[in-house]
Amino acid sequence: MAPLPAPFQDWFSARGWRIHPHQQDMLARADAPALLLIAPTGGGKTLAGFLPSLVDLAGNSRQGLHTLYISPLKALAADIGRNLRAPVGEMGLPIRIEDRTGDTPASRRKRQRADPPHILLTTPESLALLLSYEDAPRVFAGLKRVIVDEVHALAESKRGDQLMLGLARLQRLCPGLRRVGLSATVEDPPALARFLAPHPGGCEILTADPGPAPDISMLETQAPPPWAGGGGRHAIPAILNEVRRHRTTLIFHNTRAQAEIFFHDLWLANDEGLPIGIHHGSLAREARERVEAAMAKGDLRAVVCTGSLDLGIDWGDVDLVIQVGAPKNVKRLVQRIGRANHRYNAPSKALLVPANRFEVVECAAALEAVRDRQLDGEPRGPGPRDVLCQHILAGAAAGPFEAGALYDEVTGAGPYTGLTRAQFDACLDFAATGGYALRAYDRYQRLISRDGKCQLRDPRSAARIRMNLGTIVDTETLKVRLKNSRGGTPLGEVEEGFAATLTQGDTFLIGGQVVRYEGLREMVVEVTRRADRTPRVATFMGTKFATSTQLSDRILAMFRQGRWPALPGHTAEWLALQRALSQLPERDRLLVETFPHEGRAHLVAYGFAGRNAQQTLGLLLTQQMERAGLHPLGFVATDYATLVWGLDEITDPAPLFRTETLREGFADWLAGNAVMKRTFRSSAVIAGLIDRMTPGRRKTGRQATFSSDILYDTLRKYDPGHLMLEITREEALKGLVDFGRLEEMLARTSGRITHVPLPRVSPLAAPLFLEVGRVPVKGAAEERLMAEEAARLMAEAGLG
Amino acid sequence: MSGYDFTLSGARLTARPSGALWWPDEAVLVVSDLHLGKSERLARRGGALLPPYEVRETLARLAAEIAATGPRTVLCLGDSFDDLAAAGSLDPADSAELARLMAGRRWLWVEGNHDPGPVEIGGTHLAEFRLGPLAFRHIAEPAARGEISGHYHPKARLSLRGQAVSRPCFLIDACRVILPAFGAYTGGLRCDDPVLAGLMGPEAVAVLTGPAARAMPMPRRG
Repeated sequence: MAPLPAPFQDWFSARGWRIHPHQQDMLARADAPALLLIAPTGGGKTLAGFLPSLVDLAGNSRQGLHTLYISPLKALAADIGRNLRAPVGEMGLPIRIEDRTGDTPASRRKRQRADPPHILLTTPESLALLLSYEDAPRVFAGLKRVIVDEVHALAESKRGDQLMLGLARLQRLCPGLRRVGLSATVEDPPALARFLAPHPGGCEILTADPGPAPDISMLETQAPPPWAGGGGRHAIPAILNEVRRHRTTLIFHNTRAQAEIFFHDLWLANDEGLPIGIHHGSLAREARERVEAAMAKGDLRAVVCTGSLDLGIDWGDVDLVIQVGAPKNVKRLVQRIGRANHRYNAPSKALLVPANRFEVVECAAALEAVRDRQLDGEPRGPGPRDVLCQHILAGAAAGPFEAGALYDEVTGAGPYTGLTRAQFDACLDFAATGGYALRAYDRYQRLISRDGKCQLRDPRSAARIRMNLGTIVDTETLKVRLKNSRGGTPLGEVEEGFAATLTQGDTFLIGGQVVRYEGLREMVVEVTRRADRTPRVATFMGTKFATSTQLSDRILAMFRQGRWPALPGHTAEWLALQRALSQLPERDRLLVETFPHEGRAHLVAYGFAGRNAQQTLGLLLTQQMERAGLHPLGFVATDYATLVWGLDEITDPAPLFRTETLREGFADWLAGNAVMKRTFRSSAVIAGLIDRMTPGRRKTGRQATFSSDILYDTLRKYDPGHLMLEITREEALKGLVDFGRLEEMLARTSGRITHVPLPRVSPLAAPLFLEVGRVPVKGAAEERLMAEEAARLMAEAGLG
Repeated sequence: MSGYDFTLSGARLTARPSGALWWPDEAVLVVSDLHLGKSERLARRGGALLPPYEVRETLARLAAEIAATGPRTVLCLGDSFDDLAAAGSLDPADSAELARLMAGRRWLWVEGNHDPGPVEIGGTHLAEFRLGPLAFRHIAEPAARGEISGHYHPKARLSLRGQAVSRPCFLIDACRVILPAFGAYTGGLRCDDPVLAGLMGPEAVAVLTGPAARAMPMPRRG
C-alpha cells in the first residue's frame, strides 16, 4: 500500500487524526479509471475524493487544470473550496483552488479560462458552458481527475445525464482521465456505477463502514396533529423545547411554502428570542448567504429549511435534525438524518414530526424502513433525448464536429450506451433543421455540413445556444423587493402565476415576513412590510416527490392490522373511525368513496400509487366523466388518493375504472392534457426549440411571446410524428404521468372495486380538501360556469 | 349564433368566438394580427426553429370563418405578415390556399407595424380604411370614434372559484373596438395593462373568445 507522503502524515498526526481506511483505499486505487465511493456523511468522504489529487499535486509541481470537482449545489462548491484550502494552506502545498458557478463574476470566469487553477470546483451547468467554448480543448488539456460529489442526487435528474455527456466529452479531450463518484445514500450501487462508468469499461465500487444506526423516533407532542393539512404548527412547543436542548437544529420541510408558514409561527411562539433562521431556494441569494454564514459561525440555534440544505454542506455543529411532514421516500430521509452529527462513528439524531394524522402512519412506516436499512428509489431509464439535443447544439457551439465521432462519444456515457444510431441521427436532424416533415423552407438550417463536418450556419447563434444551456427548467418567477426610493432590498422570488393573483393590499409571507403587495414594476413585485393581517401564502414552486412504492406498501400492510399499538392513540382512533364509517384501503382492492360536499358531488379513489400516478388517474377519470356527461370540474391528487369533484353525482363508479377503458383513454388523453403540455415545455426548452425566459426578454412586449401550448397543439395537428412529441411522451410516461405505477395499481387491484357511498366526507378523505395543486378540467362544466360568472359580473356592473 | 352582438357608431357588429369581427350589413369580415410567416422569420434571423405550420393553421381558421359568414370583403387589420419578407416566402401550398380564399371577394390589407408596405400578393394595400361610420386602422388613436383596431393582442383572465381562465378577447366601448390576434403564433397582453386601460372607457366590455363569445366587464387593476 502506498504510504501517505510526509506532509500529509504530519498534518493528520498534528490533529491527532488517523486516515480512515476508505481514504487509504482511495489512495491505493488512485489509478482506477472509475471509482464509486459509498461512505456515510461525516466519514471524510470529500477528503477521500481529493486525496489522490492532493498527493499527486504535492509531488509534481505543474501548471494547468489537474482536477475538476462537480457538485450539484453552487453553495457546496464554494464550501468545499473553503474546506480544502485550509489543509492545503496548512501543509504549505502549492495548489491553487477556485470555484466557478453561475454566481462567479464574469471577469473571474474569463480569467479562469485563460489561466485555469489546479483544482476547479463547479456544477454540471458551468461545466456544460465551459465545454461549449471553442477553447475547451486548451482549457482542459492535461486534466487528470474528475470528482463527482453527491452523484446519487445528480443521477436523479437530467442534470446527471447532461453531466455524463460532459464527462464523455472530457474523456475524449483527455484520454487518461480518471473519474471518482462520491455518495452517502445509494439504493442500487451497481446501477449507479454503470451510470458513472466510461463505456466500454467498468467502475469499481468501494464501500466504507456505514457507521452506527441513527437514533431516530417520532416526536411526541401534547396536542395531536390536526386532521388535515398542517405544516407542523401543533408541534411548535415541542420543537422549541428540542431546539433549546440542542446546540443546532435543522428543521426540514418538504415545501418552501410550508417552511415559510412554519417559520412565521415558530417565530411568534419564540418568547425567548432564540436565534432561528430560514433557508430555501426561493429566497434572495443575499438572504441565504446571511443564514449560511451565521450558521457556520454557530450563531444560530435552528434553521428552518427545505431541500436546499439536503446535501453536503458541513456547516455548524448540527446535533439534531427534525423532519416536519412525511418524508415521502426513505433515501431522502436518511440523507437528511445524516445532516446531524458530522462525526464519524457517532449516531445521527433525528425526530420525525408528522404534520397530520395520515402522516403519522407514513412516518411510522418510514421509521420501520430506516430500521431495516432499506432504501428506495425508482430505476433510472435511458438518457433523455432532449438533453442529447442540447448536447449536440452545445458541441456545435464549440466547433465543427463529425457526426460518427460524436455518436461514439455519446454512447460512451452511461445513460446513453443503448442509444441507436437512428435515434442519434434524429436528434442531430432536429438540432440541424428542426426535424419537421415540411421541408419547404431552406432557411430552416441551424447546422450545415461542410467537409464532412457539422457546423453552425451562423456562428452568432452560438451565443444563443449557450444562453439556453442547462436542464433545470423553472416555472417563471418574479423577484420580490421592498418598495423604497433606492430600489429596495431583494427578498426572494414568487411564481408568476401567484403574482398574477395578487391585488394591491394582499399580504403574503416571504423570508418569514408578512409583506403587502403594492404593485408590479418592470417585472418586479414591490411590497411593503406589514404585520397586521393574516397572510395569504405564496405558492412557491416546490418539487413534489411521490411517496415511494416501498412506503405505500408498508402503509397498506399497516392498515391490515386489527389494532395499532405502534401508532399514537389519536391516529389509531382516526383509522378505527374510518373503518367504522367507511373502510380502510387494501392493497388488492380499490376503495372508492362518493359523497356530496358543499353542493358538489365528490369521488375519492384510494390507489396508493404515488402523487404522479394518482394525478394521471385524475386526468383519465375526469376524461371518462366528461364523455359520460357527468360534468367534472376538477381534481386533486395526493400520494394516496385522487379526489374528483363535479356537478353530477356518480352512482356507479366501477365502469370508470375499467382497465381497458382507462388504457384506451390513455392514448387520446396523453396527447391533449395539461401535464403533457408542461412536460413539452421543459423538453422544448432543454432541446433548444424555445428559448429560456430571461427576465430582460420578458420585459419587452409581452404580446410577442406566446405559450408553448400553441406549439404543442400545432405539432400534434400537423406533424404528429415529430421528435419533440416522441420525447415528450417518453418523459411524461416516466415522470409526471407515471403510467407505470398506475398500471401496477390496476394490476394489483385487478378490477376489484369497493364502492362506499357516504352522506358526508369520510375521515380519510378530509385531508384531501386542503391539498393545493387542484387541476381544473377544461370541459363543458367550465364553459357553463364561465357563462354564469360572466353574466353575473355584467349584471353587477349594470352592463347586461 | 354564439357571437356577441353590439352596435358601434350605429353599425351593428358581431364579435365572433373565433376572434373575427363580422359586419353583416356590409358583409365585411375583419381579422387582425395574423402574423403569417412568423416561424420563417425567426428561422431566417437565426432564432428558434419553430414548427413551420402556423400559416396553414391560421389560414384554416380564416377559411372556416369565411365559409361561415360568406363575406364580400375581407379586411386584414395589420400585422398580417410577420414581416414583408415573410409575405414573399410563403410555402407554395400556403400561397395557393391564400389565393383560393381571396378569389371572388374584395381583400384589403391594412398595414401594421410588422408589415408597413405593400406585399406581392393580390388584394388592396391601405394605410387605413373607412366605411360608413367606421374607421379601420392597425393601432388605436386615443381621440378616435367609431374605430376598429388590433395591434395589442388583448387577453383577459376570469377567475372561477379558484381557477383562472385566460383567453384572447375583444375590447369594446362606445368609441372603439380592439380585436384579439387571429394568428396561431400570437401571445397576448393582459387587458389590465395601463396602455389598454387608458384607451378604453370605464364602461368597456371584454368579450372572451373560445367555444362561445362571452362578454364581461373589462378587468382592471384595483
